[in-house]
Amino acid sequence: SYLISFSFQQRIEIHKLRQGDNLILGFSIGGGIDQDPTQNPFSEDKTDKGIYVTRVTAGGPAEVAGLQIGDKIMQVNGWDMTMVTHDQARKRLTKRNEEVVRLLVTRQSLQKAVQQSMMS
Amino acid sequence: KIEPLKVTVDFLKVPLGLKKPPLKEALAALPGKPKSHILERHKPRRSDAMDNESQYSGYSYKSGHSRSSRKHRDRRERHRSKSREGTRGDKSVTIQAPGEPLLDNESTRGDERDDNWGETTTVVTGTSEHSISHDDLTRITKDMEDSAHLDCSRHLGVALGVALALLAFLTPLAFLLLPQLLWREELEPCGTPCEGLFISVAFKLLILLLGSWALFFRRPKAFFPRVFVFRALLMVLVFLLVVSYWLFYGVRILDSRDRNYRGVVQFAVSLVDALLFVHYLAVVLLELRQLQPQFTLKAVRSADGASRFYNVGHLSIQRAAVWILENYYHDFPVYNPALLNLPKSVLSKKMSGFKVYSLGEENSTNNSTGQSRAVIAAAARRRDNSHNEFYYEEAEHERRVRKRRARLVVAVEEAFTHIKRLQEEDQKNPREIMDPREAAQAIFASMARAMQKYLRTTKQQPYHTMESILQHLEFCITHDMTPKAFLERYLTAGPTIQYHKDRWLAKQWTLVSEEPVTNGLKDGVVFVLKRQDFSLVVSTKKIPFFKLSEEFVDPKSHKFIMRLQSETSV
Repeated sequence: SYLISFSFQQRIEIHKLRQGDNLILGFSIGGGIDQDPTQNPFSEDKTDKGIYVTRVTAGGPAEVAGLQIGDKIMQVNGWDMTMVTHDQARKRLTKRNEEVVRLLVTRQSLQKAVQQSMMS
Repeated sequence: KIEPLKVTVDFLKVPLGLKKPPLKEALAALPGKPKSHILERHKPRRSDAMDNESQYSGYSYKSGHSRSSRKHRDRRERHRSKSREGTRGDKSVTIQAPGEPLLDNESTRGDERDDNWGETTTVVTGTSEHSISHDDLTRITKDMEDSAHLDCSRHLGVALGVALALLAFLTPLAFLLLPQLLWREELEPCGTPCEGLFISVAFKLLILLLGSWALFFRRPKAFFPRVFVFRALLMVLVFLLVVSYWLFYGVRILDSRDRNYRGVVQFAVSLVDALLFVHYLAVVLLELRQLQPQFTLKAVRSADGASRFYNVGHLSIQRAAVWILENYYHDFPVYNPALLNLPKSVLSKKMSGFKVYSLGEENSTNNSTGQSRAVIAAAARRRDNSHNEFYYEEAEHERRVRKRRARLVVAVEEAFTHIKRLQEEDQKNPREIMDPREAAQAIFASMARAMQKYLRTTKQQPYHTMESILQHLEFCITHDMTPKAFLERYLTAGPTIQYHKDRWLAKQWTLVSEEPVTNGLKDGVVFVLKRQDFSLVVSTKKIPFFKLSEEFVDPKSHKFIMRLQSETSV
């Protein structure tokens, strides 16, 4: 038997919102290679040390752009996010001179939906 | 030529415990079983050898130069090399070239030892019985071939020491008494200070007496080959001190007839003080200096590789050797020659390829040499599988030992349930009450066979005679020991000092060293302590210098965080 894995990825473009002196995106991240992967409630594979979206503020730029809680961020503006520390991830997302961030995310619910449609 | 072969065949015919003789006889014959008649044949030669040893056993310093010792050593070397491939351990047949002894004094030391072996080894020398004091005072000469002369010099050393001690002890008294005797009328009266000084002199002399007895004149624990350098130095120092005091006394006091008696008494007191300080110096040099560890000595037994490490302080090589020996007797497991070699079955496969029989036929020599060369070459090409056999042989032996051990433990446990200590409330008639010896004999019979078999399998049977087992059993019963405590002695090979004195405690050792034995220990010094069967190789290493630095840890600095997923909002 073969295992065919589909990675369903979605591209999300978030425009940062200016709040005073900061540019905010409106979500929280968790994970990283220096964190404990077994505590991640969103990952299917408990050894996955990738960056996951843990909270999305209601009405913020991320929710508007379509980011959902539990998404795993694969790339930010072309930079890989699967093998970074937590702090590196934060820095990549909060660069002062970028107003727009383009994320490549993958979502479990997406995967499950496709699998179900394939089986039926 | 036929005789050695016949003797070999004879001993194979003797029953090896397969039929069941009455138990007591079997066990009595345990140590000296099948080879006993062969031993008798060779006993005269062995006792000669032992007598030769006893002659120079008085000194434990190797001399390569004496005729008799060299001759004996050569003979021993020859015998030892022959006995290696001879009859060690198992009862296998070896066909020897004619004219050579079948069993010499070295190989019989293997398994069954003669019960009378202890009598023919002369362990105690003349000096150790008679001399009651010094081991290592001033030696005048070191003539090794003349043991009588050696005793003389030991006694001379003792005599010198005693004389010097008496001189040093009586000098202050003489200092005090001579003015009184010679010019009493002219002396000024002294009064209270003098009396105080008299008392102090008396007590200091008493302490000096006890102290020097404790330090110098007790029975020595070993005979050293060379002069004990520190003691000699101290004796010289004391001598110089006393002589210089006498000089001053003679010139200043006797000649001029000093009238100040208090001065004289103070002079005497100062001598006693000086002697006490010399005694203090002696305590430090002889007792204290060696206590602080400076070196680590590694002692390895050459026969089977048993090794231990010891920490010692500054010592001379000869003193370090005695220290090692004291620890050897209670640390090292007893030397068991039966356990040394690989079993015959492992090695013989190799040898069976080219066993050469020389039966003295001249005309076939050419053929045999040609044949043997071919056989040797063939054997060399054959693949060597002896490690396999060794492995399986060891596993099999292990299994056998464990089975016998299990039987022994069960038998002993059961035997111990048959007796119990008499309580006051038990009403028994006097005929049934036994003393420990009888109780031991009563329960011994049920465990004897299992014990014998176990000792046989672990090759320990020369070390335990039936009498010794009975005595140990009696001892354990008297002290209410459990079966496990009784068995502790037999299940593991204990240190040498545990076994019966006559057999295993040999007091003479030979110290072999490249440096003079009165030199102090240094890093890298190696010396060897030799006995007839084996030797202890001792090497020295200096204990490293430790650089200890300090690090202060604030108790409040111990802080921790949970390793959870941190969440950062962006």
